[in-house]
Amino acid sequence: MTAYDKTDVVIVGSGFGGSIPAYHLAAGGAKVTVLERGPWLETKEFEHDYLLGSSYTRAFDFVVGDGMSVLGGNCVGGGSVVYFAAMPRAPKFVFERHGSIGRRMWPSALTRDSLEPWYDRVSESLPVSTQDWNDVSYAGGLWAAFCNHSGRTANPAPVAVDNDRCVNCNFMMAGCRFDAKRSLLTNYLPAALAHGAKIRPLHEVQRIERIDDGDYRVHFTIVDDEDYRLQSGSGTIDAKVVIIAAGAGATPVILQRSEAALGTMPHAVGRYFSGNGERLNTAIINEERVREVLGLSREDGKVYEANHIGKGPTVANWDKLDGSLPEYERYSLEQLYFPPGLGTILAQVPDGDEPRWFGVQKKEILKKWASWLTIFLMTEDDNEGVFGAPPPTGNAYRISQQMLGRGPLKYDPTPNTRHGWALADAECKEILEKDGLAKVAPWTNDVVGAYTVHPLASCRIGDDPATSALHPNHELRDHPGIFVTDSASVPGALTVNPAMTIAALAERSVPGIVRALQARGVDVTYGAPAPDGSITGRRAVGKLSLVAGS
Amino acid sequence: MDSDEQVEVSTLEAYADTIVPGEKRFPDDHAIAGASPGPGAVVAGALELLHTEATGVTVGLPYLAQSLNEHAKVYAKENAVTLDESLPPFVALSFADRTALVRSLTAPGHPEKDGWVSLALFCNMSFDSAAHKHTAEAIAEGHPGLLAMGYTAPDEDGLWRFPKFSYRRELARVHPDTTPSGSPA
Repeated sequence: MTAYDKTDVVIVGSGFGGSIPAYHLAAGGAKVTVLERGPWLETKEFEHDYLLGSSYTRAFDFVVGDGMSVLGGNCVGGGSVVYFAAMPRAPKFVFERHGSIGRRMWPSALTRDSLEPWYDRVSESLPVSTQDWNDVSYAGGLWAAFCNHSGRTANPAPVAVDNDRCVNCNFMMAGCRFDAKRSLLTNYLPAALAHGAKIRPLHEVQRIERIDDGDYRVHFTIVDDEDYRLQSGSGTIDAKVVIIAAGAGATPVILQRSEAALGTMPHAVGRYFSGNGERLNTAIINEERVREVLGLSREDGKVYEANHIGKGPTVANWDKLDGSLPEYERYSLEQLYFPPGLGTILAQVPDGDEPRWFGVQKKEILKKWASWLTIFLMTEDDNEGVFGAPPPTGNAYRISQQMLGRGPLKYDPTPNTRHGWALADAECKEILEKDGLAKVAPWTNDVVGAYTVHPLASCRIGDDPATSALHPNHELRDHPGIFVTDSASVPGALTVNPAMTIAALAERSVPGIVRALQARGVDVTYGAPAPDGSITGRRAVGKLSLVAGS
Repeated sequence: MDSDEQVEVSTLEAYADTIVPGEKRFPDDHAIAGASPGPGAVVAGALELLHTEATGVTVGLPYLAQSLNEHAKVYAKENAVTLDESLPPFVALSFADRTALVRSLTAPGHPEKDGWVSLALFCNMSFDSAAHKHTAEAIAEGHPGLLAMGYTAPDEDGLWRFPKFSYRRELARVHPDTTPSGSPA
């Protein structure tokens, strides 16, 4: 089967980077087609189930690289369907980072202050809300109590969750069955559809070529609904503008594979990948000591034993998000739930004998799983990831029918990155092991490399052509009409959960894309309200000179 | 020596038992080394999961079992271990020797690391998430891994809900530089 089609804009991927432009461009009058390689799951299909083939494996991709593994979304709605909806804005100092290049890595036009109106648009659209202590799960409360006991502060994290609907099942990584998580399936995507955008699931884009009139032809294959290793049929679709938002693990691979047809890619395509400096520590809680020292207990008399209850991260320690500290010494420590399966195997036995990730002692800590407290470290890494030669299709050699694959990413952490990890690990240990409250160990990197759930920066924006793949307006250097608006465009680690910043950058990119479409003769304007019709955010960004159209 | 199929099964069981060890099923159980009380990965269904097509490793299992036994022979020779020839070589190793061999096969830099890590991953998943069964059914059937880890049963519709989820107390001072959006400054 070969399909052929034509539209104004093709968007590759339907996560934050794809859905946000899809909505605004469709609302502005452009013909928009979104190609998503994963399935289109309805709310009733989001299961509480670890069976292979349930939504848990259908909606995710886990790609093992050399030194780094990447966990990401693979469904309509992308990362927003599988993330835990923590939505902090990145601290000011992040935008001033130099990272591995010895100069400011963000474009000069971008600061926390200049991004603030775009953050506001996202906050209104999802919406994002602040949390109080009544919203905080037992695990988050426990982490807060630990932080307080060791003289530190702790913050309930802002989240995109409707607390009135949330049942604290902690299954939101397999998609939210209760529509409590404000994923893109509840806001931007239905609004885009209402304005005529087309979404095609199970369409995996393989490469892009330029056709005679300056437009682009996007080549895709059709992925089997159950066994993603199988592909049946292919097609193309032509567009005046292409937006690539396939995620930092896949976006550069599509561009690499397109190089033969499009011409040389900027040096930074497939380089400078960041794992957001991420690392996980697993603490085994001493329940009795927590009762004695922290005075905590649940309504049912238990102290904690609640690893499985909650809604992902609810409380973070931000004491080291201090711009006066040196680079690589700033990080956040966030309570996180991580479900069993792929994650549990990487937990190591604190103070155990080798091997610490499998064997007798590991089984003993598995039996204390309800008393685990997982701490998620987001540090400043060195953008050291590099993508090798692309696999024949997609961004990985698929191993399992779903989820598991082997990819070409290589990541060899520098001493700077290791230094940041070591400091954050040490701080975790100091907080958690004080007065015998717990024992903690970092996850091992030896099994599947370092591990990120927030891949970034493989195709980043910047002012310097040598170290950035995209102009500050997200247009691919030397390839006008191709934009990258997803996590790949974020220049480096953010020290906090990145979804809010990815979404704000996507919002910020839209006026420039509107201008590019207008220059190509497409009748499109910018200025749609939030998906629910709210206009506060539109008013704020309307004052910015970036805005195009009427 | 047993049939090829029996060799494969007991070799893979011994590998699974090295990842999440358990107690012997019967006195003469060679595949399970008996290193830990209570059921381990084998009784949790490791072989069943490995033979689930969705894993993508199923067709490679005969090769992995054969290769594991080859590695076990080399290991035994290098470490002056005498193997019981009535058993597959990996099964004939002690738990400590199995563990040492699996450590080397899964260590960074080993050329076959990917395959052995995948095998370990699925063996672990059989115990900690019963990925070959619907979770609610596995719990209802008394799946040993899920029960050992303290999973509770879902509501009647197979969904988990926790009406009580919070200590509902202010438990720390928030950072002084928190913005009105609840973010760091």
